[in-house]
Amino acid sequence: MLLTVENLHTFYGQIEALKGIDVEVAEGEIVTLIGANGAGKSTTLKTISGQLAPREGKIVFAGEEIQGMSAHQVAAKRIVHVPEGRRIFPRMTVEENLEMGAFLRNDAEGIAADKEMVFELFPRLKERRQQKGGTLSGGEQQMLAMARGLMAKPKLLMLDEPSMGLAPVVVETIFETIERLHQEGITILLVEQNAAMALSVADRGYVLETGRIALTGTGKELLTNEQVRKTYLGEV
Amino acid sequence: MGGSKVDIKTNVQSARLTPKKIALYAAIAVFLVAAPVYFQSVGNVFMVRIFALVGIYVMLALGLNIVVGYAGLLDLGYVAFYGMGAYSGVLLGYVFQKVVGGPDAPLAGLSYWALLPVAALMAALTGIALGTPVLRLRGDYLAIVTLGFGEIVRIALQNDIFGLTNGSAGLPRVGEFIVPAAGQKWTFLNLSTSTFTFSKDLFWYAVVVALCLLTIFVIRRLDNSRLGRAWVAMREDEVAAAATGVNIMTTKLWAFSLGAMWGGIAGITYAYWVGFISPESFNFMESVLIVCMVVLGGMGSIPGSIVGAIIIAGLPEVIRGLAQSTALSRFLTAEQASRIGDYRFLIFGGLLVVMMAVRPQGILPSTRRARELTSEEPIIEEENTDLWEVEHKHDLPHKL
Repeated sequence: MLLTVENLHTFYGQIEALKGIDVEVAEGEIVTLIGANGAGKSTTLKTISGQLAPREGKIVFAGEEIQGMSAHQVAAKRIVHVPEGRRIFPRMTVEENLEMGAFLRNDAEGIAADKEMVFELFPRLKERRQQKGGTLSGGEQQMLAMARGLMAKPKLLMLDEPSMGLAPVVVETIFETIERLHQEGITILLVEQNAAMALSVADRGYVLETGRIALTGTGKELLTNEQVRKTYLGEV
Repeated sequence: MGGSKVDIKTNVQSARLTPKKIALYAAIAVFLVAAPVYFQSVGNVFMVRIFALVGIYVMLALGLNIVVGYAGLLDLGYVAFYGMGAYSGVLLGYVFQKVVGGPDAPLAGLSYWALLPVAALMAALTGIALGTPVLRLRGDYLAIVTLGFGEIVRIALQNDIFGLTNGSAGLPRVGEFIVPAAGQKWTFLNLSTSTFTFSKDLFWYAVVVALCLLTIFVIRRLDNSRLGRAWVAMREDEVAAAATGVNIMTTKLWAFSLGAMWGGIAGITYAYWVGFISPESFNFMESVLIVCMVVLGGMGSIPGSIVGAIIIAGLPEVIRGLAQSTALSRFLTAEQASRIGDYRFLIFGGLLVVMMAVRPQGILPSTRRARELTSEEPIIEEENTDLWEVEHKHDLPHKL
């Protein structure tokens, strides 16, 4: 397993947001966490990426325990968190944003090559390379956030709600890109509210409910699971 | 996108040395050399001193600009580092003097140069010592704690801490052993002629200008470095910066300690030049003035900080000089003229209010900072924040 999360408990003050989460991600997989608002999806990602410290539990990445490390140390392990709400640098240009993504790298040639790679992946960004991040549309900002993440050459790419607030057409483009990254062998941990979309691209999925894993299975299994269909796919 | 095109152009322009720029730099260089020499030759030492004093403030403004302008940390106690440099420079100067064998020993004149890096280091270490616990605070809280720190340092100096600082009476005559007293000749360097005295003040002016140039050089390099990039990213979004691998704590500490270091350099230079230091030179109003210089000139901008320092430190002195001259005597009585300087804080206050309304980015803003404050380009942020907040209502129930 590339990533093993064991019995993770995370608190916001007195409130226990994660009540013992177990998640596994194998190399090359897309794994998705779905669930309602407040189920603990984003909290799980934030705990893995070091923005929050767990009170209990273990996070093992590539054989090394990383729980309690700070965010920049986790980033140095090449676990890349593309945060919810995108959080690009609004006053930096598209290109400067991408360069920030490669902040921990020293190989100028590799960085230049990867910049071309992400421009090929997101041609819109190439057109707007000199434009300020904050002036991009929501969808373009999401692309930029993902591209910035890719610039770090991630071993694990964690995407938090990439479809949030985007038009359906744009959501489709984003998911096509996720599938393409998957084909290129990038390991992805995807948090989504759009359960149908997420499960259709994912190898496996976990359903979170109020800080616990309620259900787990392959993407297909969960898509056909009656409970999931009722609760998360809006079917009666 | 018209806005972005303009920006590319300005970036290219600032990187290239156009003939216009060369002419401007040459004019500044000639002025920096010729003006003080002229004032010295006509015996107006007052003006030479003002030039040196403004130079000290330029250094302070550039140093604080690292903290406030680049890293975005509001430090209202910057003067503590200035005082730290001054007092450690002077106190260690006494030790140095003893070690080399008294004020008349041939090596005694080197004490300033030997202690300059030491004072800089002392101030930088003070910056780290204060920054380590305090930089976890953000915004207003950081400003309040640094304000308190500045006052604590001043009060400690005033209360003769450890029996070292001699309280409010200050430490006298530190400059005595590094430059010859009036009338004496320089032993190792004599630039005076029978008609022109290369005065102590002119000497210190030259030192200050050299240090300012060094400061500008170092800060320019920093601005274009990885650390500079990390500062910008941190200022824009701390969480995202950390996620790209920026160590927020050390990045902030670098800003704080580098800023403090320049405070220390300015401090020891001021102390050795003026030859007397007392806690009153390092009071809260000084911190405020330095912040004003940075804000007035344009946060994050080197030319801005320089212009801000010249205006705020220089103008009142010039006014005072004018008041003493005969130029104003036709309009004002001598007493009225001598009081003009007393109104300087009123003038600055008004100036800042006008600036905030008319040109919030400062007189000579950095291109990036200007972007942050003007609405020429639409920054689509509201959408992000709103969605983010909506989503986090559930994540952060304890905060609501």
